Amino acid sequence: MSTSAAVIKADAVEQAAYDVMVKAGIEIPDDYLGGIQAMADTEEGDLSAFVLRAMLENYEAAKQDRRAMCADTGVPRFYVKYGNEAGVEGGPVAVEHRIRRATARATHEVPLRPNRVHPLSRRDNDNNVGINAPEIEYSFEPDADWVDITTVHKGGLFGTDYRMLFPADGIDGIKRFYLDTLVAFGKRGLACQPAIVGIGLGGSKDTSVVLGKQAACLRTVGDRNPDPEIAALELELKEIGNSIGMGAMGFVGSSMVVDCHIEVGYTHTGGMPMSVHCFCLSSRRATARLFPDGRIEYRTDPQWFTPYLRRDSVDWAPGRMEAAE
Amino acid sequence: MSGMLKEVRLKTPVRDEDLRRLELGNVVYLDGLIYTGREGVYKRVLQEGMDPPEDLRALTNVNFHCSPAASVNADGSFNVGAVTATASFRFSKWLPQWFEVSGAKVIIGKGGMSEADYRSVFVPARAVYLTTVGYGTGALLGRGIRKVRAAHWLDDLGIAQAMWVLEVEKFGPLLVESDLDGNSLFERQNRIVNQGLARLYEGLKPPSLSRYGETDDRGEELIG
Ligand code: SF4
Repeated sequence: MSTSAAVIKADAVEQAAYDVMVKAGIEIPDDYLGGIQAMADTEEGDLSAFVLRAMLENYEAAKQDRRAMCADTGVPRFYVKYGNEAGVEGGPVAVEHRIRRATARATHEVPLRPNRVHPLSRRDNDNNVGINAPEIEYSFEPDADWVDITTVHKGGLFGTDYRMLFPADGIDGIKRFYLDTLVAFGKRGLACQPAIVGIGLGGSKDTSVVLGKQAACLRTVGDRNPDPEIAALELELKEIGNSIGMGAMGFVGSSMVVDCHIEVGYTHTGGMPMSVHCFCLSSRRATARLFPDGRIEYRTDPQWFTPYLRRDSVDWAPGRMEAAE
Repeated sequence: MSGMLKEVRLKTPVRDEDLRRLELGNVVYLDGLIYTGREGVYKRVLQEGMDPPEDLRALTNVNFHCSPAASVNADGSFNVGAVTATASFRFSKWLPQWFEVSGAKVIIGKGGMSEADYRSVFVPARAVYLTTVGYGTGALLGRGIRKVRAAHWLDDLGIAQAMWVLEVEKFGPLLVESDLDGNSLFERQNRIVNQGLARLYEGLKPPSLSRYGETDDRGEELIG
């Protein structure tokens, strides 16, 4: 890769950010749709099955009419993955500015509900843009000259919780807190389940919450963590969630968890922080990849958790430096 | 299996005899006029003492707990895409007075209220609660909106909190969550779900550090 590679144009960034806002708001991703279809076929609770079928109709209606699938926009946010070799005209400040402009324009044009207000004055700019809104999170990728822009519109009020557990609480403690969260927010369907449930394990409190949210929003239905032990726990928790006896809207049934994703971070030796997040019946996400030659490619799998992002330890150990010399 | 759920079509303003026929779990579609109203509207009218922007009793008796995904066009007309309800239990404290002021007989929302609220507030007002479905059926509900009649207090309250007066046709699906006797579909279903909860927690010991307000009764209602 040449170091004098062409830069990605700021206009293209705004276009891509606008397009993913529109796509996310209107088109349900295929992986989630497939998961809901499968649940609609097997759900035995008549009310829960009715809800699932209504949602399937709703996804169709949204696509046909080009209208938002849910009027609650949730809190739109962005995830930007920078290739290590990528350059953008105007730099990261231009990227952020263009993302904010695209958010405002898509809010007006789709239209999406302007959900973002000042927490105290309740002032609404009517464009989903404000102080620290939309959130923009970053990650990096080696040997790449592209930039990925992902947006997620996640419901903002129910279905998320955090708890500091301890090593002695073990896997049982994880299961118990997981059940607590699903039961509490599943009743009356406050979490708008069936959900993609994301779990953040470890890190510090903020890391645990960030990882859990990313696990819910940035991995697709059917995807498994590459660590076999974690993958097995994902499947076990999915099973447990669907045997609560509760389905869509909290009605009697079995449709609670479309899939369960776990992400981990090294944590304090004395603790095991855990967060749980439910990505709802309007699991809205879309990604654009911008190349330096001007191409933009769209997809619904953010491919956020790359091997690089999950890297462990580092190539340094006491004594190795001398050995290398 | 949902073929078994009974479908009902109701015209607004809804009449007492229509409401009397509704059974928990019926699927309802509405035709006529509805208005949105949530904390912004309730605060103005009930706390600040302002008159409602229209004679609500003459208009309709259906109050929707909703904020639409809408925008205002340059010519002042409205573009309403999707509509989805917002969780109603947060508005519980305003409803007794609101029923008196507005004459509302139907509340549409998300998540319902507690059976205790139905018995003490809805039954005396001869009102029922219809819940939206999903709750993400925003596109289907948006299709049911024929026309925006008015958007009151838009400048002061913003798009989400303004009072939208909507002309609707086959607006739904909605599920009958409470009837005129104050029964709740959610609580009826919860009672069944609750029976299986103890089995789920079997063998899972409580965490080493508890939190304030923790209860071990998973059958307990958390709202209200
Ligand atoms: S949780 Fe999701 S489906 Fe439910 S109302 Fe919010 S955005 Fe819509």
